[in-house]
Amino acid sequence: MGILFWGSLAIILAGGMASLALGRFSPWAGRVGSIGVFVGCLMGLAPAMDVIVTGAVMSWSMEWRMPYGSLSCRIDALSAFFLIPIFLVSGVSALYGSRYLKIHETTKNLGASWFFYSILVVSMALVVVARNGVLFLVVWEIMSLASFFLVTFEHEKESVRQAGWIYLTATHLGTFFLLVLFVVLAREAGSMDFDRFEAMRFHSAAIAGPAFIFAVIGFGTKAGFIPFHVWLPEAHPAAPSHVSALMSGVMIKTGIYGLVRTLTFLSPPQIWWGWLLVGVGLTSGVIGVLFALAQHDLKRLLAYHSVENIGIIALGLGLGLIGTATHQPVLACLGFGGGLLHVLNHALFKGLLFLGAGSVLHATGTREMDRLGGLINRMPWTSATFAAGSVAICGLPPLNGFISEFLIYVGAYHAMGRPDVSIPSAGVIVGLAMIGTLAVACFTKVLGVVFLGEPRTEAAAKAHESDWAMRIPMIALALGCVAVAAAAPWIVGLMSPIVSGVAGIPAQAVKTHLRIIQGPLESVTWMALLLVFGIAILAMLRKRLLAGRPVDRAGTWDCGYAMPSARMQYTSSSYAKPLIHLFDGILQTKTSYDAPVDLFPARAGLHTHTEDVFRRRIYEPLFHAVDRFRSSLRWMQEGRVQVYILYIAVTLVVLLIGGL
Amino acid sequence: MTDLSVLLGPISALVLAPLIPGIINRTKAVVAGRTGQSLLQLYADLLRLFRKGAVYSRTTSWVFKAGPVAGLSCMAVSLAMLPLGGVPGAMAFTGDLIVMVYLMGLSRFFTAAAAMDTGSAFEGMGASREVQFSVLAEPALLVGLAAVALAAGPAGLFDAGPVVNGFRSLSEIYHQLTLSVWANDGAILLLAAAALFIVALTENCRIPVDDPNTHLELTMIHEVMVLDHSGPDFGMILYAAALKLWFFLALLSGLLIPVRSENLWINGISTIIGIFFLAVGVGLVESVMARLRLLRIPQLLAGALSLSALALVLVLWG
Repeated sequence: MGILFWGSLAIILAGGMASLALGRFSPWAGRVGSIGVFVGCLMGLAPAMDVIVTGAVMSWSMEWRMPYGSLSCRIDALSAFFLIPIFLVSGVSALYGSRYLKIHETTKNLGASWFFYSILVVSMALVVVARNGVLFLVVWEIMSLASFFLVTFEHEKESVRQAGWIYLTATHLGTFFLLVLFVVLAREAGSMDFDRFEAMRFHSAAIAGPAFIFAVIGFGTKAGFIPFHVWLPEAHPAAPSHVSALMSGVMIKTGIYGLVRTLTFLSPPQIWWGWLLVGVGLTSGVIGVLFALAQHDLKRLLAYHSVENIGIIALGLGLGLIGTATHQPVLACLGFGGGLLHVLNHALFKGLLFLGAGSVLHATGTREMDRLGGLINRMPWTSATFAAGSVAICGLPPLNGFISEFLIYVGAYHAMGRPDVSIPSAGVIVGLAMIGTLAVACFTKVLGVVFLGEPRTEAAAKAHESDWAMRIPMIALALGCVAVAAAAPWIVGLMSPIVSGVAGIPAQAVKTHLRIIQGPLESVTWMALLLVFGIAILAMLRKRLLAGRPVDRAGTWDCGYAMPSARMQYTSSSYAKPLIHLFDGILQTKTSYDAPVDLFPARAGLHTHTEDVFRRRIYEPLFHAVDRFRSSLRWMQEGRVQVYILYIAVTLVVLLIGGL
Repeated sequence: MTDLSVLLGPISALVLAPLIPGIINRTKAVVAGRTGQSLLQLYADLLRLFRKGAVYSRTTSWVFKAGPVAGLSCMAVSLAMLPLGGVPGAMAFTGDLIVMVYLMGLSRFFTAAAAMDTGSAFEGMGASREVQFSVLAEPALLVGLAAVALAAGPAGLFDAGPVVNGFRSLSEIYHQLTLSVWANDGAILLLAAAALFIVALTENCRIPVDDPNTHLELTMIHEVMVLDHSGPDFGMILYAAALKLWFFLALLSGLLIPVRSENLWINGISTIIGIFFLAVGVGLVESVMARLRLLRIPQLLAGALSLSALALVLVLWG
């Protein structure tokens, strides 16, 4: 099986290299690159599935002439669990991308794009299997750089360059904290090997506490915890859609992987870690979905939803940590189980939604929701799969989003009334309920404004369905959402070794604890079947009732007004207005209103814009201050070589004196 | 005995639910000194609608047709889990209350999507309001039920030991709501019931949140979302709305009427009588109150959430 894993990475890489070699303007560059990634990813799924089902761990180790470095890798249950969404979403997105990028075939170097895509996939896979700190940081950095080059694919646009710049800065600030984290751990352990870290089990609070904080900041920047999320709403819309699907669906999950992996080094967890993660989860979840609701740009909206879903994952992990810290294994299992299962679920439906958004962008040329409408009649496949993704992301039964939220809910209800855990549990219940209902508001808005009703512009009216290379990936991911929901009791059973490693509870005990949720999950599956059955019966009943009776089609009833136009439909802004108004304290939406004047007003307008509060209030002042400080040091830049040499000499002398 | 009584809940709901709007309307008529429409008016309406043809807007797609069907089957499936006072639901399991609340979310999703499918600004407006109110109503419901679960729970709920006694199905929670729980924790249950009542009025579009009798599309919430539905589709919507009203009143009645005898039939029938009394109560509220301004409704719902939270705080530290 090991040969399959390395073989798959080799094929992906070979595809990327070949694509780069074919390079500019060759129509084969895109094909070779995407086929390489697709085939490699299919192959890579096999060893990952094997590790999860059989529980056999695979490991490799090689000497590396890097100080503290060693080329050691291992696929254990946790790595394999993250490898599955990585290979799955990368594979289908590659297939999608082969068609999506075709319009750039004559103007852009697709070879380079596919090269970086393959590097990104390989580096993500290596991040989750690396067992050495130096190796981890190296592949982590490669992953960040590869995704930077993918984000800046359309670098001739100013906004894309700006987004890429913000992403590059953010990811390196995060990496800085990771560097500190690993140095702190390595100083104690005397080695950078993860095996050594695991054996050490840093229990002294002086090490474990700061290490946890560094991990939350460093990995949280990649994952998109608020307030470290600012790069997401910039980078995801700027990237080509199949790259957005890959980044939002799986790349940000490597942050979650890193955090969870770090938890296996630090034990036992302290209760405040759990409180911190629950707090981060509530903030990211609620504020993420609120900002999503205020957006007009479809892909930006989806990016904020990633922040929300990362928040839900953090809620699960936080409850899990609290459960471990207070010795309540059921809470630990349900929290970690729900949080980790949401990683897989979010990869499936967020990948699907970004591909759907890309399909809309491809067909209409715009991401502005208020310029769309009525696409359901023109793009039936995209619309249907997008609707499925919407139901899933809202956490509604019968799809997969509900399953992971159900685990977290049951954990929270179960913990209610037990010592030390009631407040965070109540917070989780209120938070999940608000996040869920706000998500319903947000996705009925997207569905209603983009896909339903009448087209608002010429571009939307002339939209066409994407062809099969783009449709199949969306259908596959939608089926994935159904499959996870249907197989939920089985999947949760398979997750026990993963949860066991994270929660530090023996696998057999985890199995018994998870068994109490498997029964209810089976019932949930039955309920879902009953629901589908009910819908089918009622639809048939309606058909029978309407048979032989007059069924007409007419214009929409507009309260007596006979000439409604498409522009009179409710827009995304008007739909979200009441909720935006309710939460204006957080969102601080800017409104400019051009009121109609006189009896025959010539023009009027209303513009609303919701900027990211964290970016405007925290990061912009901060970076401006850094900028001012930098310019205040400009006098040191003399521009003469002699002066610079003097600086070097002075530094050396100071170091020597300090050293002595 | 037990086997048959399990069916009492779903069957009574399916048969008697359309009676509830009749009772409410009759109460309002009596208070206002009118004769009022027949108690069985909704049954007649449903029969008439199911025998009619339909008109669909040219703008609409399959989503519009999915709305009523999905809404009704969500409610029907929820009823399979709903306990009728001391009578357990037909398919009770741990965590079923979450499934019920989320099924209502699914029905809301499809109703709002179907409204947006018509392309009418009025229906969009209704959908936008509907999704807004649920943001506060749903947490209030879930927290209120958590408080009830803790109040009803045995001491075993509080120990960190074996897991069997942990979180239970709503039916088990309701089964434990005996008179002695009321004697000990009456205040908590009353607070939760008050929160649930406000949520019930909101979710079912009654005064003071929405006026089911309004005649102006601009002021409607729920009614405006279904303006374009006709014939059997509209029949399904009305029936689903009646079931939803029954669902919430049954939750309340099971909470307020602590009849938990050995005989499940007595439990069930006393709960049903409680539902009828609650319907009269809703009618009285509608007779004495006007509708609130739209901007005030979030405050009312925040009040319901605070009541739930207060109940939870009292049960945890009381």
